Amino acid sequence: MDLYEHQGKDLFAAHGIPLAERGVAETPSEARAIAERLGGKVAVKAQVQVGGRGKGGGVVLTRSTEEAESAAARILGEGFGGTPVTRVLVERLADIADQLYAAITLDRTKKCYVAMVSAKGGIDIEEIAREEPQAIRRSAIDPMLGMRGFQARFLVGHLPGAAREGTEKILSKMYEVLTAADATLVEINPLALLVDGKVVALDAKVTIDDNALGRQAALAGLRSSFPVDPTQARANEAGLQYVKLDGEVGIIGNGAGLVMSTLDAVSQAGGRSANFLDLGGGASADSMATSLEVVLSDPGVRAVLVNIFGGITRGELVAAGILEALRRVDPKVPIVVRLDGTNAAEGRRILQEEGDRRIVPAATMLEGAERAVALASGAG
Amino acid sequence: MAILVDERTRLMVQGITGKEGSFHALRNRAYGTNVVAGVTPGKGGQSIEGIPVFDTAAEAVQATQANASLVLVPARFAAEAIYEAAGAGAELIVCITEGIPVLDMARVASYLDGRGHVLIGPNCPGIISPGKANVGIIPTEICMPGAAGLVSRSGTLTYQIVHELTGRGIGQSTCVGMGGDPIHGLGFLEALAGFEADPETRAVVLIGEIGGSDEEAAAQYIAESMTKPVVAYVAGFSAPPGKRMGHAGAIITGSSGTAQAKAKAFEAAGVRVGRNSVEVGDLMQDAMRGAKP
Repeated sequence: MDLYEHQGKDLFAAHGIPLAERGVAETPSEARAIAERLGGKVAVKAQVQVGGRGKGGGVVLTRSTEEAESAAARILGEGFGGTPVTRVLVERLADIADQLYAAITLDRTKKCYVAMVSAKGGIDIEEIAREEPQAIRRSAIDPMLGMRGFQARFLVGHLPGAAREGTEKILSKMYEVLTAADATLVEINPLALLVDGKVVALDAKVTIDDNALGRQAALAGLRSSFPVDPTQARANEAGLQYVKLDGEVGIIGNGAGLVMSTLDAVSQAGGRSANFLDLGGGASADSMATSLEVVLSDPGVRAVLVNIFGGITRGELVAAGILEALRRVDPKVPIVVRLDGTNAAEGRRILQEEGDRRIVPAATMLEGAERAVALASGAG
Repeated sequence: MAILVDERTRLMVQGITGKEGSFHALRNRAYGTNVVAGVTPGKGGQSIEGIPVFDTAAEAVQATQANASLVLVPARFAAEAIYEAAGAGAELIVCITEGIPVLDMARVASYLDGRGHVLIGPNCPGIISPGKANVGIIPTEICMPGAAGLVSRSGTLTYQIVHELTGRGIGQSTCVGMGGDPIHGLGFLEALAGFEADPETRAVVLIGEIGGSDEEAAAQYIAESMTKPVVAYVAGFSAPPGKRMGHAGAIITGSSGTAQAKAKAFEAAGVRVGRNSVEVGDLMQDAMRGAKP
């Protein structure tokens, strides 16, 4: 779960990471009031989870409360990068002497966390990593030991002298945030050395491990502040992994790998998938029916491909779910069904006996993909 | 032969008194796996259809000489169960449980490092050496004893590829589902090394998917260290580019993590890549014909 900047900064504040003075506004007048309190010279920042905010007009530096108000009005009215914006962060402008970068994240290969500090920040950090790797220092953190003092000292050793002590303190607090909040990423870009010598976090990117939300009740509660599309909410509630795409073949499968493979098969057959939907393991008749409802709620879907390879998932329950869905949603499009694995023969028999012409059996995954693509293009 | 599990495996099942635990313990035993013990705190002294249950893994190992453990406990207890199995001396620990927090797994990985245990998973279907032993939840009907080794990051996709192999009369020495979590135990490299050393395995199929850089590392390893033919499959060519926050991940791996990049790495290493499961089956058929018996 990715936090918004203002939520990440609240987490930073709770752990004592220095920040610029700030406030969150949901209306232009609230933005104006915050700007007034901060003296007028502020940055108005769209709260979105897409990148490129600085270049794309999502961050506006203002010199007066009026400017802050109109910047907030524009961002809240127009949204950013095609997504609506419901909140802006209004932050006191800082006198920046130098822009740095600091992050702690998971290193899958080393199976631990790694902290990184760059003497250059505020810009495309991946480019710096490629072109000036010496500008970045890294250190692997053993989660049994935590971040040690010598590691923080090493990490800041290539920074301008004035920034070292402040950054060192911030690093150990970033690791505190990571472990306390079960984060898999804590990134500050830019980390700013101010003219007065302070080091402050001007941005906050925090990703919380979804697997840990069960023990992070307060953070899990933040989800309610995220805009959620009703179809997505329905899928989430039923424990389905659903991602909307823009094709015409609706996809339902069990297991992320098999579903990805099904998307590939549809694409190889010359079609485009309308979605990714993973039923998960041990799917019931009800979750199958809900899946079909979710997929069919997309008006772009011209045919559905159900691809199940049962391990824990049982074929007869999948078949029962498809029949249940036919009764509940009365689909107008054909449903191609490929069933294999546990109790698949029983499932295929149930579907055949129903004799509904909207159900099109397929013997293999590739045949299923070809049939579904042909049916979706009206050639089936 | 085979790798990691066979007739010598003496299995204990942690969480055996749960619904999943008892179901799969009995299913594994019915396949011929030597299931010697179960572990559930507070349930010591009970029996699951003749399998003795112990309060702790240490007692189970002492009484039954169990040398492997299957972990089927809820996510919040799973890290503890792995520590316990390792402490009791289990050489192989197979963790099926999904949803374990990354921080817990990072600590588990640090603890296990250098201690000589093999962890498979978590969030995986387990491992089967057809005709010998099944430790996990892979459906046994689709498998057949033979000489193809298989290692995969995915669950159901593993079943799909095994189905393609068996349908062509290509049996398997061992199928390993290593799991798709960011931090997991055994990886492609360890599995490939095992298959390379296993006299029974003649060719290997590797199933990867988008994300991370495990496939790129495997490609390099194959080029440098494998003499047996390897066929690869990567799922996710048409997957939507994942929403990504921050840049730290890409800086570490130096990889885009896309299916295209992974397939390219394999091809550059001389590994043939199937575009779909049928093609993977066909390529394996070629590989088995060409491979030394």
